[in-house]
Formats: sequence, structure tokens, C-alpha cells
Amino acid sequence: MVPLHPISGNQTLRTTISGAENKPFYAPSDIANLNVGHDLGAPGQFPYTRGIHESMYRGKLWTMRQFAGFGTAEETNQRFKYLLAQGQTGLSVAFDFPTLMGYDSDHPRSKGEVGRCGVAISSTDDMETLFAGIPLDHVSTSMTINGPAAMLFAFYIAAAERQGVALEQLRGTIQNDILKEYHAQNSWLVGPRPSMRIITDIFKYAAQYTPQWNTISISGYHIREAGSTAGQELAFTLADGLCYVDEGVKAGLQIDDFAPRLSFFFDVHIEFFEEIAKFRAARRIWAREMQKRGAKNPRSLLMRTHAQTAGVSLTAQQPENNIVRTAIEALAAVLGGAQSLHTNSFDEALALPTEKAVQIALRTQQIVAFESGVAAVADPLGGSYYVEALTDRLERECYDYFKRIEDAGGMFAALDAGFFRREIARSSFTYQTEIMNKRRLVVGVNAYETEGGVEPPILYINPKLEAQQTVRLARTRATRDALKVQASLTNLEAICRDENSPGNIMAALVDCARVNVTLGEMADVCRKVYGEFNKLAAV
Amino acid sequence: MIAKPGLDGHDRGAKVVARALAESGYEIVYIGLHQEPDAIVQAALQEDAEAVGLSILSGAHMTLFPAVLDGLRKNGMSDVLLFGGGIVPRRDIDELKALGTGEIFTPGTDTRKIVAYLDAFFEKKLSALKQN
Repeated sequence: MVPLHPISGNQTLRTTISGAENKPFYAPSDIANLNVGHDLGAPGQFPYTRGIHESMYRGKLWTMRQFAGFGTAEETNQRFKYLLAQGQTGLSVAFDFPTLMGYDSDHPRSKGEVGRCGVAISSTDDMETLFAGIPLDHVSTSMTINGPAAMLFAFYIAAAERQGVALEQLRGTIQNDILKEYHAQNSWLVGPRPSMRIITDIFKYAAQYTPQWNTISISGYHIREAGSTAGQELAFTLADGLCYVDEGVKAGLQIDDFAPRLSFFFDVHIEFFEEIAKFRAARRIWAREMQKRGAKNPRSLLMRTHAQTAGVSLTAQQPENNIVRTAIEALAAVLGGAQSLHTNSFDEALALPTEKAVQIALRTQQIVAFESGVAAVADPLGGSYYVEALTDRLERECYDYFKRIEDAGGMFAALDAGFFRREIARSSFTYQTEIMNKRRLVVGVNAYETEGGVEPPILYINPKLEAQQTVRLARTRATRDALKVQASLTNLEAICRDENSPGNIMAALVDCARVNVTLGEMADVCRKVYGEFNKLAAV
Repeated sequence: MIAKPGLDGHDRGAKVVARALAESGYEIVYIGLHQEPDAIVQAALQEDAEAVGLSILSGAHMTLFPAVLDGLRKNGMSDVLLFGGGIVPRRDIDELKALGTGEIFTPGTDTRKIVAYLDAFFEKKLSALKQN
């Protein structure tokens, strides 16, 4: 007898994965309150619900930007060159955990972690190797770095100088979004207040020296991956973004001097229509809120966003199915109007991706771009009763959360009280319970399971790389000018200590990077001056 | 006791498992992020833990599991179960189990499976105690 699979749609939830009710169908009455001119506009027009450019992908396709990094700078440099040769159009650096936490590769806490989850970068020498043979005036580089964002940006600037590239030609992004680290991603250096000073100093420095550089990528990705709903991702990310804007203004900056360099980064989960609506709602809310804050430059109102398919939707079981999940998510990102996209590789629930797996992920984007036809028309789902109703619903949810954050005393008080972490953990557990109870089905996990199965070939990080990296670092320390190192660190500490210092922390870090001060040495100054931050570690 | 060793910040799994175990009647202590192996061993001593679960998604599992295992043994806690979860390839899981860890659960695991695994471990331990 053939075993039957008696699973029907009736047994499972009709809500979205974020728990929102779905009607069987949507009709004009569901968007009766929608004012097309006021709430949608045309693509490229306020409030940018339908996209930030009139011609959207006809004018410029999204940037295909695969996040990559493992081992030492040399291995990752090879992977970058491979990706560029495969038609990728921007670079994106994944750092290992010691780098993300501001420790050098030879620190005792780095043991076993060097180059495992990303590339190990401890100095300008490492950064120079990472981009060897890649002209920094011709690529745009995104760096996922937060607590020590200023330090890694300083390495990048110093490496560009060594290539002879003028700083005003540098294009790229540092993630530099510390608030979502406290909410969800957990890689921080110091507490929220000193972090905000460093961030506003980066804004000031970049406005003067690196005008094409995006100084922050306000990220919902990690909030979502930590288990939030789509509405929470939207609300917390925008609340963070508005907090940075308000802090920049408080630090004496004109809103239009730095707002055009703010960019965003959202998750694209598997719930297709809700995700598309999330991008649309995000643009609308951002444009209106920035206008309320007095932004005059149209570029300050535009939400430019990167997107990445949902790592959390990938399964270790039947990993090939992940190719399909990623394709659906990539399509949602494009229909949502993202400016750049990373597609996950199918083997990422098992290890860092192999070259083959990354190629399939990149090809997925290329198929969406060149074969599916979806790039020809801006916001093709605009006017859909369902998508417009979802967009409105997410916007309402977002404003509800804005109010709750305000009631909790604002961003810093809510953060201190663990509000964001608890909200995310609650949603995460609800979702897990639904899967456990089979109210929500995940193919290969709680439905259509198969026994055994062969694990695909996966990427192994050579444990010898850690030793090679520490040798490299020792060489850097041995060959630099100790007096210049000491002087630049003393200057950095003095500026950090004096809240009213006319000096700029970012500029001081660039001086450090130029003379090969290491990441850990710079970060230690911050930890010494501001204290280590552990408050939220067990919330 | 549940802990996040090393520098890894991904704590969704650790929290979900801690809560699922608590709701199944286990007394759970979650000691949180960024824990060094020694600190985990000391906390296990202090809490009188009977099982320690580590969650690692950073790829540092081949260093951190053995470090905690070693610490437990050196501090007279050889009978404490060390289990875990995370992004760990099958080859590494086999190697860690050969060293003496318990089960390592990968992404997508039903939390009831983890509860059942601990139930079985403690039942076995209990019946061994009764026989003695």
C-alpha cells in the first residue's frame, strides 16, 4: 500500500506567519479608506509606497550583493573575486565573531572562533589583503559590523588610502546599527549612550570626508531572525531609525546633512504577500515621519533598502528545498522594491555556504531579474485589494508599537527595561509552538519528512587558519611604529573621555588605523573609558 | 542550565528551548550570552545543574564543547549531561559525541524531541540510582 499524507489546508492556520488573520478574499471595501493620491502616489513620488524611483528596475536593477566571509582575509578575497566573476555587482563582508565583538584574533576569547562565521580582520593590513586586487573606487562594499563599526570603517579608509583611492570616491555601507544589537543580535562593544556618541561622530565625519558612504544600515533583519513578527520588525526598525535621526539632530547636525546617507535592511521571510506589503508600508511611514521632522531634501525622505532572504526559514532537513524557499523570498523582495538583495544559500542551516551553493543563490536572483519579467514594471501589486489592505494593517501595527515605546518612556528606557527583547521572544515562542503543534507546517520538518538523507558537501574551515591569522597579526604588531601607535591611542582615549571634546572619535580612529593600531587595541580604549556592557545578556 | 558560550549572539534557539523545557516541568536556569567555558562550569557548580545545554551557531563548537566538557570533568561533574544545539555538521556531531557529549540538535528540531531526550536521560539515571 502507498502511504497517504492526509494533510489538508483545513487543519492548518489561515493566519500569516506573523499571526495576522487572513480573509478568504479581499474586495474594494477592504481598501475603502485608501486615498490613492495621498497614500500611494506614483512610483518615485511621495510617500514612496510604490517605490523610490519612477522607473524602478528599468532604470537600475537592484544590486546583487552576496554576504560573504570566512577564514582569513586571503580566503575571503578569493571568494569576493569569484563572486565578482559570477556577475555579482556589490561586495558584502561577513566578519567573524571576534571581529564583531571587538577582539583581536589572538585574544583568549577568540580561541576557536577565528574565521569561523566570517572573516577575521584585526588591522588595516588585514583589510588591505581582503581587498587586494579589487579597486575600492570601483566597487561598493557593505560591511556588517556594529559595535566596532567605526574601527572597521577606519581600516577600510586606511586601506583605500594605501590603494591611492580618494575618500570621496568610496561607496558602501557600514551597518553601524547598534540599537538592533541590543534588541536582537547581541554583538555590542559598550552601552547605548556612548554608542550613540560614536555613531553621531561617524555621521559628522562621513558628511565631511566620505559623502557617498552610507553611515548606517538600520536593520530589521536580525530582529526578524530572532523571532519577531513582520509588524514588530517594521516597527522596531523604524523606531530605531527615527531615534538615530533625533540623536543626530540633538548632536547639532542638520537633518538633511545626514539623512540622505541613512539606509535600511529588511528580512524577506516566506510569507509572500505580507513581506511585499512590509516594504511598501516601511517606505510610506519613513517618508511621512521624516517630513514631520522637517526634512526638506527629497533624498532624506527616501527609504533605500537592502533585503536578505530569511535564514530562519531554511531547514537542515532536506536542504535542497531551501533553494525553492529562497526563490520565493527573492521574488517578494523584488516585488517589494528593494535596492539590493542577498539570497541565502541552500546549505546555510548546515554550515557556511560552499561555492556551488552560493552560485545557485546568485543565479536565483539572476533568473528573477532576467527571466521572470517582474523587473519590467514598478510595484506591479499596487492596487491589489489584499496587498493594500496588508500594507495598511502593517502601518497601523507599526504606529501602535510607536505608541507603546513612547509610553515605556522612549527608546532608551524601553531598551533598558528589555521591552524589545521580551516582545521578540514572545513571538518567537508562539511561532515555535505552532510548528510543534502542527498548526503550521514546514515541509520536511513537521510534514513530508524523510528518514536519513545524505548531507550535501559542506564548507569546512581549516582550523590551521586561526594560527596563520595570529602569526599575521604578530607580524603587523612587530613592524609598526610603536611611538605613533601609542600617540594615536592616547589621542583616542582623550577624545572618548571628554564628552565636549571638539575632536571626533571617527577621525581619531582613522589616525589609529593608518599606523596599524589593531581592532582590539582601539576597542579596549572604548571598553576602558565607557565600561563593558552586559546588562541584557540573559534577557 | 542553558548557556550561550563564546562570542556568538544568536540566542533565539537557546531561549525557545529554555522555555519549552520550563513548560515541560524542568527547572531551567538560562545564564545568557557571551559566556566563557570556565564561567559556564562555575555556574553549573553553583546551580547544581544536572544537565547543561549549550547553543552555538558560530562554528566554534569544536573548541567550546570540549572546553566545557573538560571543565565539568575536572570539577567532579562527569555525571552532568552536556548536550546542545546549533549549526553543527553531522561529522562534527559524531566527533563530539565520541568525546562524551550528549545529543546535539540541529535547526528545525521539534522541541518535544529535546524534552523526550532529557526525559529518557533522567529516567535512565533514576533507575540506575534505584538499582544501586
